[in-house]
Amino acid sequence: MNIAVLLRAVPDPVEELELDGEDLDRDFLGYVLNEFDDHALEEGLLLKEETGGTLTAFALGNADEVEQMLHTAIAKGADGAKMLGEELEAVDAHAQAATFVEALSEGAFDLVLSGVQASDEVDGQVAMLVAAGLGLPHVSVVVGTEAGDGSLKVTKEYWAGITADYSVQLPAVLGVQTAREAPRYVAVARIRQAQDSGALEEVDVDQPENSSGVRITEMRIPEVGEGADMIDGDEEAAAERVLEILQAAGVR
Amino acid sequence: MSNDILVYVEHLNGEVTDATFELIAVARSIAGQTGGSVDAAVIGSGAGGLAGSLGGADRILVGDTDDLGAFNPQGHASVFATVVSERNPAVTLVPYTSVGMDVGNHVAASCQVPLVSYCLSVDPGDGLSGTCQLYGGKVEADIEVDGDRAVFAMLAGAGSADDGRSGGAGAVEAIDASTSDLAVSFIGLSEPEGGDVDIAAEEILIAVGRGIESEDNIEEAQELADALGAALAASRPIIDQGWLPKTRQVGKSGLTVKPKVYLALGISGAPEHLEGMRDSATIIAVNSDPQAPIFGVAHYGWVGDLFDFIPEMNDRLDG
Repeated sequence: MNIAVLLRAVPDPVEELELDGEDLDRDFLGYVLNEFDDHALEEGLLLKEETGGTLTAFALGNADEVEQMLHTAIAKGADGAKMLGEELEAVDAHAQAATFVEALSEGAFDLVLSGVQASDEVDGQVAMLVAAGLGLPHVSVVVGTEAGDGSLKVTKEYWAGITADYSVQLPAVLGVQTAREAPRYVAVARIRQAQDSGALEEVDVDQPENSSGVRITEMRIPEVGEGADMIDGDEEAAAERVLEILQAAGVR
Repeated sequence: MSNDILVYVEHLNGEVTDATFELIAVARSIAGQTGGSVDAAVIGSGAGGLAGSLGGADRILVGDTDDLGAFNPQGHASVFATVVSERNPAVTLVPYTSVGMDVGNHVAASCQVPLVSYCLSVDPGDGLSGTCQLYGGKVEADIEVDGDRAVFAMLAGAGSADDGRSGGAGAVEAIDASTSDLAVSFIGLSEPEGGDVDIAAEEILIAVGRGIESEDNIEEAQELADALGAALAASRPIIDQGWLPKTRQVGKSGLTVKPKVYLALGISGAPEHLEGMRDSATIIAVNSDPQAPIFGVAHYGWVGDLFDFIPEMNDRLDG
């Protein structure tokens, strides 16, 4: 089975965000691999190990973080990695999907995997939009797969732990939420080897245009903590106060 | 093109979900401004029997079929896409859920209408616009849509489910739910198995999130939970890493909990998490990011490092 995995760099979810007009202030923003894409990569690697075949990782932009993401994918077992385009510009999900679709049409993939969602997808989910662009069937919120003959058994989570199994004819696109196993760890030395391996390929693409028909006109950081009684002081003061709150709640 | 509002009805095991009733409430409010009617399309096995509970809609479009199982990402989506292309509603509402994600993206792409995701509110006023919640709830964005039609994928809490439940008896119309050449077929459902601890029954929950950083640090939080006679719970990233079992997960894809005290440590408070714990009696949040959305639902908050806070608590409880 030949598998493509689509990876995206997203603003680090633990960072405090600042705004600059209609977008984030991206000057000092740290990017990390979208956590759901990490799970898509893991599920892809597991399938590749079970069925043979190849796995190719794709990512947009050529920022250091993107290069690092792809080298890590190679170190984990991807056979090749393609870095699409130059600058990591803020493009919407439709434009991202269009770029991936163009890159994917050059290869013959049986399965395309990506994360089920990313925190900035205001105009739809990239994985599902790629499915639409390629005219392929799709399943989102995937939490497991099992290879069969020409088809794949796919487990989708509905909510509250309820899941459903599907038989999906290939080729298909899956939006992965959680891989069967936690994403594997890879040693830094292996990532360095990957950097020297030459498996990473840079591909020229046209800067995609936003075409979703959804425009952000204003962004704001919502006021939080208005209702919360904020505890002042250091950790000693915090612990003291929390114990008082527990007592007042009748659980101490 | 009409100024009608079309709602996708999500249902499972013979019951319409709360997310759907919330959509009907949102649709009613839009209809109140535009004068359009509210149509609810219910597709799949047992669809006919659900029409009676959808009185909040003016018309109930029933596509009863046993061919698609509980939900078929390709089948349900293509039947609904036909409804959208034939009726051409101004506003189409789907829930931002596992089901709605497959349906909404498919319909928007195949009918070539814009899709607005992570949506909190829709304003049909002068051109379609709305408000969305991005970056795990840390940013609110106002959006405008080009053209006069769009699909909106609504976050939980966008409307009141109770409002959506009320109403008379809508007119029922049958729609064609036949499908052919599906590449996806439904096999069966699985319900979750119980675990060692039922977090939904606990009085105190210590819940850890991404801020706990590594599996090794779970032990420190467990010590605190033990000292307080509490159970340890977690947000999705911790469960997905395999650091705690799935039965400890709070939120949309885990359990909904309402303990006496919910102590959230290093949980930023993404909408999917808040959905599962916002009704806890007392919520205390510790997070290093003063803008973390968790402080929006917490009753008490402390901005600081959880690795300073936990040992301080453990020391006091030991002594």
